[in-house]
Amino acid sequence: METQAGIVTVAGTRIEMRRSGKGRPILFLHPHIGMEHADGFIRCLSGHGEVIAPSHPGFGETVRPEGVASIDDIAYLYLELLDQLDLRDVLLVGSSLGGWIAMDMAVKAAQRISRMVLIDPVGIKFGARDKLDIADLYAIPDAKFIELAYHDRGLARRDYAGMSDEELLVVARNTESTARYAWSPYMYDPRLRHLLYRIHIPTLVLWGNNDRFAAPDYGRHYAESIPGAQFQEIAAAGHFPHIEQAQATADAIKAFDAGAPSAAKHKEMA
Amino acid sequence: MRVFHFSEQPYPPAWLPELKSLRVDLPSKNLDPRIMADLYERYIDEWILADQLGFDVMVNEHHASATCLTSVACVTLSILARVTKRARILTLGYPIANRLDPVRVAEELAMIDVVSRGRLEMGFVRGVPTEIPVAVRSGVTQVSRFWEAHDLILKSLTSIDGPFDWQGEHFQYRNVNVWPRCYQAPHPPVWITGRSPANVREIAEKGYVLGTFLSGYQTREIFDNYRNRRLELGMTPATPDRFSYLGLVAIAETRKEAERRAAIMQKWLYSVSLVSEPFGNPPGYFSVNDAARILRARGGLKGKTRDGKVVDSLNGTLSELIDAGIMFCGTPDDVHRQLSEFSEGVGGLGNFLMMAHAADLSHDETVDQITLFGKEVLPRLKQASATKAAEIA
Repeated sequence: METQAGIVTVAGTRIEMRRSGKGRPILFLHPHIGMEHADGFIRCLSGHGEVIAPSHPGFGETVRPEGVASIDDIAYLYLELLDQLDLRDVLLVGSSLGGWIAMDMAVKAAQRISRMVLIDPVGIKFGARDKLDIADLYAIPDAKFIELAYHDRGLARRDYAGMSDEELLVVARNTESTARYAWSPYMYDPRLRHLLYRIHIPTLVLWGNNDRFAAPDYGRHYAESIPGAQFQEIAAAGHFPHIEQAQATADAIKAFDAGAPSAAKHKEMA
Repeated sequence: MRVFHFSEQPYPPAWLPELKSLRVDLPSKNLDPRIMADLYERYIDEWILADQLGFDVMVNEHHASATCLTSVACVTLSILARVTKRARILTLGYPIANRLDPVRVAEELAMIDVVSRGRLEMGFVRGVPTEIPVAVRSGVTQVSRFWEAHDLILKSLTSIDGPFDWQGEHFQYRNVNVWPRCYQAPHPPVWITGRSPANVREIAEKGYVLGTFLSGYQTREIFDNYRNRRLELGMTPATPDRFSYLGLVAIAETRKEAERRAAIMQKWLYSVSLVSEPFGNPPGYFSVNDAARILRARGGLKGKTRDGKVVDSLNGTLSELIDAGIMFCGTPDDVHRQLSEFSEGVGGLGNFLMMAHAADLSHDETVDQITLFGKEVLPRLKQASATKAAEIA
């Protein structure tokens, strides 16, 4: 697998980006923990097309620009990125926070996107107003987060003492940027639920069957709310199936991509 | 030197050694409101006594905590505005970056200023990290929110010719028209707490009173930043009344008794770091570099002794705390000497924020401390400042 990594500038914003594999473009949008442990998944997926994996502004090595303050802003930047790279027939894959960005892109303009896969996304409030749908990252200790978010805790790397200064800086930067985008309302945009009617592309919602950070029952609401979307659980995975079950997750995406458009809406359009 | 009597109005019965977190997530069923009513009454009485003895008075504000039951500073300020007669009434302060409605803040402060007939000292603070988890807004843009709230509050307090509108980055208002207007013109004196060089320089440029808490002799560097910034800009040099410092006082007729009281008050220092893990390092409060460092090793509050030795401000031994000027402890002579040395060591201190009550120090002990300090130490400190002022004049 050949990987190219570098910085692209989109509308004045520097975005760190990796490209690996060949073929139809697959835009992978990472979760709030950044690109941590995503290599295996990208490798599995790059056999199916060219995986383009940007690091969201303020994540990884890049400092968050002043003007980028919301998931909405990031969605516009990535739509601009698709234009800039002239990508067509894009398979859009977003994990957790990345799933939120993906939905936000799809409701705005999906001309360059042909299919979307949401892996344990966040971004919408479905449950009771006095109860969180998604565990509060900022109110639980790390050990608790790992317990809730992973099926296999061994795959969670949170050994701060053993990390290099650079790695720690990335963790701190990712944490701060997540708060910038998702502190309040916590992990959702109140408008997004009412805009889902705009999604006309076939959509697959994948969910780790052992995700206790955001439970599968919460996840089913996405498939019910997005026109024609399918829902599929990934066994032996928590909130990050792309980390815990990289191959199975990639296989589910490939199978979905090979299948006939199942969305009634999509047939109508065709 | 002015001396402000300060208490956090704690609820010590909930302060059990087995509790690992005294703030943010401690259930309020741990508080008996009947006991708290007695405590509020007692704390107010202690402020009234301080007023009678020639002190000024100070309150702060913390949320969801057993260690500070001044959860709404303006309630205590309002009471003190009416029941004290002559003291300056300081809040240090209002956490204005966390307040959602700065114009409402201006209205509260204006009313308190008028009720007290112009005795309000208006302190603004960013607040400690553990205030972020109970705030609606995140820590990420807190500093810019702080200064915009500051600008809006001052404009609200000083605009007396009818309504104005505000369309800022963080706050938007129409028809801002605060009644009553302030008793003090153009507005009550502003105080702001700060330690970081950038923040201190900004406070210096505005000529506000700078506050620092428990920084010991490290305070010298902080105050020097302020002084130097004024000089750099060719502004009038900073006088001691531009500086304030908060330390603990354990005072008694004998050293032995003072040390016994100090040991009780140290429990408050230990308690400051007692909070569940995620609340000590909320995202955006510290710079990314500092947050990364804290991930590896949880930081603490540090101070320095006169000789430059670094001391843990919260967990140091009593003698370390005394050497560092974090605790002033002993007989009235001892405390007077330590405070005079401290004032000299930091280049001139105009306002001492005296924590003569902390943790479960009893009412009788607190009254004794305030009385002893008020009768034996305060007149000497006031005399010294008057002499110094006369010399300069």
